Amino acid sequence: MSGVPWGETKLVQGNEAVALGALAAGIDFFAGYPITPSTEVAEILAREMPLIGKKWMQMEDEIASISAIIGGSLAGGKSMTATSGPGFSLMQEGLGYACMTEVPLVLVNVMRGGPSTGLPTQVAQGDVMQARWGTHGDHPAVVLAPSDVEECFSLTIRAFNLAEEFRTPVILMPDEVIGHMREKLTFPDEKEICITPQSSPDVPLEWYEHYHTSATGVSPMAHFGSGYRFHVTGLTHDIHGFPTRKVDEVISKMNRLKQKITRRLDALEDNRIHGVEESKVVIFCYGSVYRSALAAQSILARQRKKVGIFRPVTIWPFPDRTVKEMLDSKDVIIVPELNQGQIIHEVERLTSDSVRVVPLQRYDGYEITPEQLVAAVLEVM
Amino acid sequence: MPARLPYTYKYLRAKKKFPHVWCPGCGIGIVMGSIIRSIDSLGWELDDILMVSGIGCTSRMPVYVDFNTLHTTHGRALAFGTGAKMVNPRLKVLAVMGDGDSMAIGGNHIIHAARRNMDITAIIVNNNNYGMTGGQFSPTTPQGAKTATTPYGMIEPDFDVCKLTEAAGANFVARGDVYHVIELDGIIKKALSGSGFRVVEALSPCPTNFGRANKQGDAVNMMELLRDETINIAQASKLPKEKTQGKTVRGIFVDRDGMGYTERYQKLCDRVSPGVKK
Repeated sequence: MSGVPWGETKLVQGNEAVALGALAAGIDFFAGYPITPSTEVAEILAREMPLIGKKWMQMEDEIASISAIIGGSLAGGKSMTATSGPGFSLMQEGLGYACMTEVPLVLVNVMRGGPSTGLPTQVAQGDVMQARWGTHGDHPAVVLAPSDVEECFSLTIRAFNLAEEFRTPVILMPDEVIGHMREKLTFPDEKEICITPQSSPDVPLEWYEHYHTSATGVSPMAHFGSGYRFHVTGLTHDIHGFPTRKVDEVISKMNRLKQKITRRLDALEDNRIHGVEESKVVIFCYGSVYRSALAAQSILARQRKKVGIFRPVTIWPFPDRTVKEMLDSKDVIIVPELNQGQIIHEVERLTSDSVRVVPLQRYDGYEITPEQLVAAVLEVM
Repeated sequence: MPARLPYTYKYLRAKKKFPHVWCPGCGIGIVMGSIIRSIDSLGWELDDILMVSGIGCTSRMPVYVDFNTLHTTHGRALAFGTGAKMVNPRLKVLAVMGDGDSMAIGGNHIIHAARRNMDITAIIVNNNNYGMTGGQFSPTTPQGAKTATTPYGMIEPDFDVCKLTEAAGANFVARGDVYHVIELDGIIKKALSGSGFRVVEALSPCPTNFGRANKQGDAVNMMELLRDETINIAQASKLPKEKTQGKTVRGIFVDRDGMGYTERYQKLCDRVSPGVKK
């Protein structure tokens, strides 16, 4: 296969769909380091990108990889890396740098079992809180979790678009099951997809402020070599990018970093909701677990038992308002996760004591099955 | 010195960012002056230059110069610079780093930048210690030297920046110091003039930390040490070995013409997909 097979239907692997989604989004630069179970993303792009004159590099480690794509993004290229648990840990400092300096990029973390080397070839969802809080200091986080191969393609495009729109790193987090599964994917026609172009300022050179304060909190970003000369630093900085310790400038920067996300939650929120309104019991899940939840829901429907499903596609920022509105009136919320309990705390935070929040946690390297979910639902009914 | 004023206004963010953070007697400003004079003599456009740095005293340099400037995380200047150079090969990328930044936390990146022959000029200001955090030992602290973290003397052997980068494959490797400034200007100009990975080690005093801890006197005394304890490579070659014993050799050690990485990558693209240009 060469390039994106627009309009065709093919049997595609999740990681392959991520790579093709990146090509569809117009990736200019990829830098990465081999790690299971994400390696196919790098391998496919290594094959495809030189064919279209795009830049691909295998770096000496994951720290170098995220550093290189930040440099690449600042020089004007749409940039991405792909990794898994241990590499994701190594990338945390660079990720924070990109948040602080407001550099658009896409980081793909295909989740495997942890901690440490853990279960390199097996599935987990143990990086969900790390994706939110892994780098030091307060910072924005935008994290998308696909549940099928089609979403690996479409959410990769969305990740690139959101990165440009919000001038921030966006993390795509398929779990290992999603990254490695193969299923039918019908690619859209090229003109059906929306691509957010890279921004560029139109002000005179001397008026340019690299962190201009706009209504949305995001302003067009110039690139190195464009004639707009600016300074970028991970130190807390003023609107020009120069280091500052002035209280008003520090507060203004920190507030804007937060508010550029919190003021536009609608543009980020993305949920899949099935039968929640008519059910007293709801399964709250994301990633590969959603597939088992859909199967469990239809098994239970045949037994004339109703269970709802609430799935955030954008897991960070967490859909606080919708969860509160839709789930606070329920009897039981089952939160199946491939970890020892991470997202469940968000659900508990948003629901009253009258709502029973029940964990279903699996962390042995295998997926949660529909049968496990059916049993869990029947137990609480 | 009115003759210097044009530099001040053309190359420095003179009205915005001064005074600088460097201590009295620090040599980093001299290296910055040398870089600016070299760039001026090459006639480069400010827009075409990207100065990238890591963390530390030397890495504060980019804020003062009016190029495209990128102050990154500790040790990673070369990795950031690699990405920028790949995406926009027209950028002339200078990485300014200290000895701790480039040799310790960034040691992996400098080895691989040299191995790839990545088209970046790395200017490493070596003051033998971590100045910004208060004078701890670095990989270039000489054995026996006292620092904040070697109160009984340094027991680890030190790295030779030049030998290390030469062995790793850099196209150009040279050493200068901030006492022999005219020589340093020439070395940096030569470094900036070619392709591939190019390294200049600039020896520089840190009177506040290293000098004080090792009783090397004030800034002037430390400059005199650079004068007396280093020797130019051409002079050294004429002298018998015992006369150069213990002296640090200055000069250009490697100047080869290996193909830089960006050209190598472009050739790959041309080979697999003729006609596509980016």
